[in-house]
Amino acid sequence: MSVASETQSQALSGVVAAPLHFLMGALNAPMVFIQKRFGIGGMGAVFLAPNMLIFSIFVLVPVAINFAYSFSGGMAIFFGERHFVGFEQYQTLLTCADYTQPATCREDAFWQSIHNTVFFVVVQVTVLVLVALVTALVLNREMRSRGFWRAVFFFPVLLSPVVVGLIWKWILQRDGLLNAILVEYGLERTLWLAERNWAMFWAIFVSVWAHLGFYALILLAGLQAIPRDLYEAAMMDGTRAFRTFWRITLPLLWPNLLVVITLVLIRAVQIFDEAYVLTGGGPGTSTLFITQYIYETGFAHVLRNLGLASAASMLMGLVLVGLTLLQLMASSRRNREGRA
Amino acid sequence: MSHLSLQQITKQFGAVNVLHGIDLEVRDGEFVVFVGPSGCGKSTLLRIIAGLEASNAGEIRLDGRVVNDVSAADRGLAMVFQSYALYPHMSVRQNLAFGLENSRMPKAEIEARVMEAARMLLIEPLLHRKPGQLSGGQRQRVAIGRAIVRRPGIFLLDEPLSNLDAELRVVMRAELAALHKRLAATMIYVTHDQTEAMTLADRIVVLRDGRVEQVGSPLELYNRPANRFVAGFIGSPRMNFVEASVTPAGLDVGGRRHPVSDINLAPGASITLGVRPHEVDIADVDDGTLALEISLVEQLGAETVIHGKTHLGTSFTLTAPGQGRFAVGDRIGIALPSEVHVFDETGSSVPRSGV
Amino acid sequence: MNAISTFLLRRRGGKGWHWTDVLSYLWLAIGLFLMFGPIVWLALSSFKTPANLVEFPPTMLPLDARLANVQGYDKPLPLYRVKQDDGTERVLAQVRRVGLMAQMVDPANQGELVRVPIDKRSPEREVKLATGNYTEPLQQFNFLRYFQNSIFVTVMATIITLIVNSMAAFALSKYEFKGRTAVLGIILATLMVPLSVIVVPLYLVVNEMRLFDTLWGVILPTVATPTGVFLLRQYMLTIPDELIDAARMDKASEWQIYWRIVLPLAAPALAVLAIFSIMWRWNDFLWPLIVLSRKEQYTLQVGLNAFSGELNVQWHYVLAMTVLSILPVAAIFLFLQRYITSGIASTGLK
Repeated sequence: MSVASETQSQALSGVVAAPLHFLMGALNAPMVFIQKRFGIGGMGAVFLAPNMLIFSIFVLVPVAINFAYSFSGGMAIFFGERHFVGFEQYQTLLTCADYTQPATCREDAFWQSIHNTVFFVVVQVTVLVLVALVTALVLNREMRSRGFWRAVFFFPVLLSPVVVGLIWKWILQRDGLLNAILVEYGLERTLWLAERNWAMFWAIFVSVWAHLGFYALILLAGLQAIPRDLYEAAMMDGTRAFRTFWRITLPLLWPNLLVVITLVLIRAVQIFDEAYVLTGGGPGTSTLFITQYIYETGFAHVLRNLGLASAASMLMGLVLVGLTLLQLMASSRRNREGRA
Repeated sequence: MSHLSLQQITKQFGAVNVLHGIDLEVRDGEFVVFVGPSGCGKSTLLRIIAGLEASNAGEIRLDGRVVNDVSAADRGLAMVFQSYALYPHMSVRQNLAFGLENSRMPKAEIEARVMEAARMLLIEPLLHRKPGQLSGGQRQRVAIGRAIVRRPGIFLLDEPLSNLDAELRVVMRAELAALHKRLAATMIYVTHDQTEAMTLADRIVVLRDGRVEQVGSPLELYNRPANRFVAGFIGSPRMNFVEASVTPAGLDVGGRRHPVSDINLAPGASITLGVRPHEVDIADVDDGTLALEISLVEQLGAETVIHGKTHLGTSFTLTAPGQGRFAVGDRIGIALPSEVHVFDETGSSVPRSGV
Repeated sequence: MNAISTFLLRRRGGKGWHWTDVLSYLWLAIGLFLMFGPIVWLALSSFKTPANLVEFPPTMLPLDARLANVQGYDKPLPLYRVKQDDGTERVLAQVRRVGLMAQMVDPANQGELVRVPIDKRSPEREVKLATGNYTEPLQQFNFLRYFQNSIFVTVMATIITLIVNSMAAFALSKYEFKGRTAVLGIILATLMVPLSVIVVPLYLVVNEMRLFDTLWGVILPTVATPTGVFLLRQYMLTIPDELIDAARMDKASEWQIYWRIVLPLAAPALAVLAIFSIMWRWNDFLWPLIVLSRKEQYTLQVGLNAFSGELNVQWHYVLAMTVLSILPVAAIFLFLQRYITSGIASTGLK
């Protein structure tokens, strides 16, 4: 870090830490008492305690409850008033005459949401990774005002899903900007969010729009970590641009690319907020995704079915933990290779 | 100034024994150096003395008081770390004052001590700087200063010079020696560099694989190494070792004879001779106890270091005064002195009646 | 020297425009239009009057009727360009409209009233920012309250997150104790599992703790982020253990080591987490949507969603409030871009 950035970071830490300074100092006496009681070795557990207490109450306990609820039935909210149904909820979710046809399933909305999510994931992950890669490659070139261009692509990442949804809803509405441009060129107006295929298209487009900058940035950092002398060596060897990309850039970027792919995958599976604001799952169930299905089954419906929602989220959680492990493997590989 | 006594200190990391029952006395005002190859347990021993690590068994006494259960903070010792461990976000002044503030010393007293240490170490102009803005040597001084202001019973120094370049190391070595005299403080110093050990120590503790090999003054260790390991470790260039066997007529060195009269070993025993590089004379190929084929010649100006292979097939190094004319491939003879170190099969030094 | 640096920095040979340069700038241009265009469009639209907003095709800039103060009339009158029978045009102010005819007056010559058929006149308009879009929802609706709620949630959650996460990260990076591996494993496994998977039981827990429909019910479940612990721990692992040993030799208590040595040294990572936390909490939607039921408790995102979900969407208010809700985030981005980008690049977390 340069000296300038160091002072900046100190100024920042001052802003962050200043109100805490007093509190921290005041806490020393009781913490010294605790240290005397438990010894230095025991302080690890003491430091861990607040976080783990909150984490247990609001994550671990709910996971356990979720597990329990997924084996219970009935309309009651409180566990005591519910009855044990074994695997019935899972059976309801998983019974299907033909898994490729959601309509033939007992819980057709669930399977519709799975179909939608799978389609969404496949297309969105492919498009997002490719577009992010191209953007990173472009941003990695020597050019003027790189910071500005980086900001252009990154800014949407900061917006809330609600804002993202609203912006695009505003542009895509019947009298919106997009239709105005089409009419200007003599084309037909389209009700973008009211047609099944277009609604899915825009759900994918908007989520790529919102997250592109984030992944482009990770890839850009990976590109910049590739030693420049490799390119110079390639240049001295007279290697063509395409060959340089395939033989140098891509292999060296691969660990980062792997991390990005798994991250995108994990986030895509959870798609909810921006699609919910944009399309509300419609028209019909054409953009109903799994998270929205869980939310609506558990909360929004008049006939809230907590058991079914819990079972569905247990299945989804299982998939996510699996994907997370995949991601950690990818990133530990990245770190290992980064160090070597 | 404190007096330290260790009794049967042992330490395990998991299933690995790193210290096997260390006994040691360090007297008031003494400069003791722990030396040994990496992994010998010298740093672990220092950290156990400091209180940063707990021993699995044994007793640590400071001025007669058992301090096994006293925390590092309360043992009244100070440590200089290999990486200096200066707090990067604090100025030099804050670094020096931090420990004193923690013991709730009055501000004026802190200021006085900081200034005293800064004057002593010539770091007054640096007090407002951050460690990141200092050179290696300056950081080293600050690290020492942080120990000095505490006025500790014992200074613990963990390879404090290993991060400096060769030139600065020599300078700081001299300063440390001067500082020890001036403070008359007890110091325990860990290093893997035998030169540092030889130049600084009142007494050297040679450690290997968690055991004390020998304790003694530098010259004791040099002149009378207790075993082959100590002999090889102390002295530079290293001592040469030559296989030999005892015959009634003297020693047999690969077919050549070397007369040694005062050896107390039965004929037939195989032994190792220890010869320091400058103790030998150059002779004709056929006259010396050893024949040597030169493989490398280092002309240092004042002396010439010659490396080669003996007729036994082992490597051998000798130094000849002045700028002798030797070429790679030359064959020379080596005359061993009559006073050689002798080690038995276990590597222990064989006492000779003459010495 | 300059020639050397040019040579070193250039990626492709040749001084002219290589085809890859052309493609790159094309990509950037499309990027600028697609990425930034919608935001600019949002900002422009937010300053339009309701009448201007529903126009089709929409105008680029926010336009509003030009008004003129005419003697004898209390209110400013809108100006119109009127095509006269002789083909000339003049600018008149409209007093009132009766059926298909408008009564108009010449601002320069107030004496005579002119009757003009409405299809012969077109409104005179000028670029005018309808700032009422911003002030009215803050005054008449709950938006000011939503803002306060969002700020409270964001600030409190971020402070608590920084404290408890850094303490846990300190424990997990600098202490050896039983169960450390297990805790780390749990944190890693839940790193990517979103709140949305456990909303159902979390709702019950929050309900049981009587936090339902309170801001603390929004704050507490989010503060013990595995992401934050992970990020801080990775950073603290790079702080040399010797520093902590040195502090122990310096008679520092463990708590002092934590907040006087480790916290300041972890400042870059704390800054990254602080920025992330502010972004997360400011933008949170699903969980506040579930927990908060009374309008007075809404956060900005929930309020925006509710407002835009009404039967008769008042787009001019929605757009203006959307822009307002972006402003803090934009400010953070402007000032702390370096931290955000370096934080993301180094951790790959969001």
